[in-house]
Amino acid sequence: MSTGSEVMEARTYPFGDPDRLNLNPLYEQLRRTEPLTRVRLPYGEEAWLATRYDDVRLILGDARFSRAASVGRDEPRTHPHQGESGMLAMDPPEHTRLRKLIAKAFTARRVETLRPRTQEIANQLLDDMERHGSPADLVEHFATPLPVTVICELLGVPFADRDRFQLWSEAIISTTSLTPQQIMEYLGNLHAYIAGLIAQRRVQETDDLLGAMVKARDEDEDRLTEAELVQLSAGLLAAGHETTVTQLPNFVYVLLTNPDRLAELRADPSLIPAAVDELMRYVPLGTAAAFARYATEDIMVGDVLVRAGEPVLGALASANRDDKVFDHPDELDFHRESNPHLGFGHGPHHCVGAQLARMELQVALHALITRFPNLELAVAESELPWKKGMLVRGLQELPVRW
Amino acid sequence: MSGQWKVAVDRDRCIGSGLCAGTAPDYFALVDKKSTPLRDLVDPDESVSDAADCCPVEAILVTDPTTGDTIAPV
Repeated sequence: MSTGSEVMEARTYPFGDPDRLNLNPLYEQLRRTEPLTRVRLPYGEEAWLATRYDDVRLILGDARFSRAASVGRDEPRTHPHQGESGMLAMDPPEHTRLRKLIAKAFTARRVETLRPRTQEIANQLLDDMERHGSPADLVEHFATPLPVTVICELLGVPFADRDRFQLWSEAIISTTSLTPQQIMEYLGNLHAYIAGLIAQRRVQETDDLLGAMVKARDEDEDRLTEAELVQLSAGLLAAGHETTVTQLPNFVYVLLTNPDRLAELRADPSLIPAAVDELMRYVPLGTAAAFARYATEDIMVGDVLVRAGEPVLGALASANRDDKVFDHPDELDFHRESNPHLGFGHGPHHCVGAQLARMELQVALHALITRFPNLELAVAESELPWKKGMLVRGLQELPVRW
Repeated sequence: MSGQWKVAVDRDRCIGSGLCAGTAPDYFALVDKKSTPLRDLVDPDESVSDAADCCPVEAILVTDPTTGDTIAPV
């Protein structure tokens, strides 16, 4: 058994600024030699960082690790403001009370019914992009409007308002790109905007997800408080598009810079579903491990004793490169027999929109590679502008030509 | 006894997220990292249908054993 938290020197975390989609090599070293290490983030208390697949899965999935216990603690984090509470600060069964209200809208079966409409939107956007002419920014013309339109239609949020709510949504994934004052202001605006849409539904019922949530709340006030209703809806709107908006250009960037893999997909588009999951494994979307789980009792994690009350961060991107689980983990391979990656997280907080994200990414990649057989970067790779000060890695622009 | 529910987990589909065991600990447990119903037939309980509704990969199926009708996920 290890020494415990008292004597180990804490490393500064994150391990330097993110470099495009490259994972810092220190993760690999830690997986081999020090799978649970002490880290100090720019803000909040010291924490453990887990880097191996089995350990990350344990802290995310084992009920002895709690998110609810983070409430009132000075959480380890990369940004000055403490995150929003809401579902991510709850444990089952309390967490289930909220999750079940929305989970039904995101089942694989429900998501499949959205596929034809998603294909239609994708094709329309590519028509527009062709009319605009080569080169074009894929982020602006395709990767942003596609998921935003889908989540708007699903929730019942007017697409015409996108400029406003997209700006405000940045508050949810910003670390330092916005000031704490701006974050408060944007969140306030986003919540007020959602409250307005909720008020409309109390006058006139709608059959969208927002309407269903308002109905659930009004039929039984114990199920959902008004504040939870607003926060949950705002969270769905923001998380429902920021992630896919960011991940889609990341995927296209990886494919354009791995032409053999792209050629493989073009030759056999039936590989696209496997490719989407492999890209979820391969692309480290987050800039740093976040949302520490707090041990509710003394627990052995690998060879290390984590004491009750201590926070542990799970490095998803590192777990996804663990060679004990994935052969040749640093290679992009669309033929893996099983791919139990943690790209959508794990445990009670496993991404509720995972099936929607998969479907959107599959549709988007298929439409894009079918439409443009000669798609390529329109600038040198070194000139691509990467976002800064966010919870996620992503491109500000992805200029392509065809 | 009539009116009971049949609970099944598709272990090939299950990713062992533990969401069901956290939501309905009296009915599900993780065995070898996969969900397993503690009993196949249970008295109706909302926590069981909640678990089926919330499973991220829809690996849980709750049915009426006499008619075979699906109770959850809906």
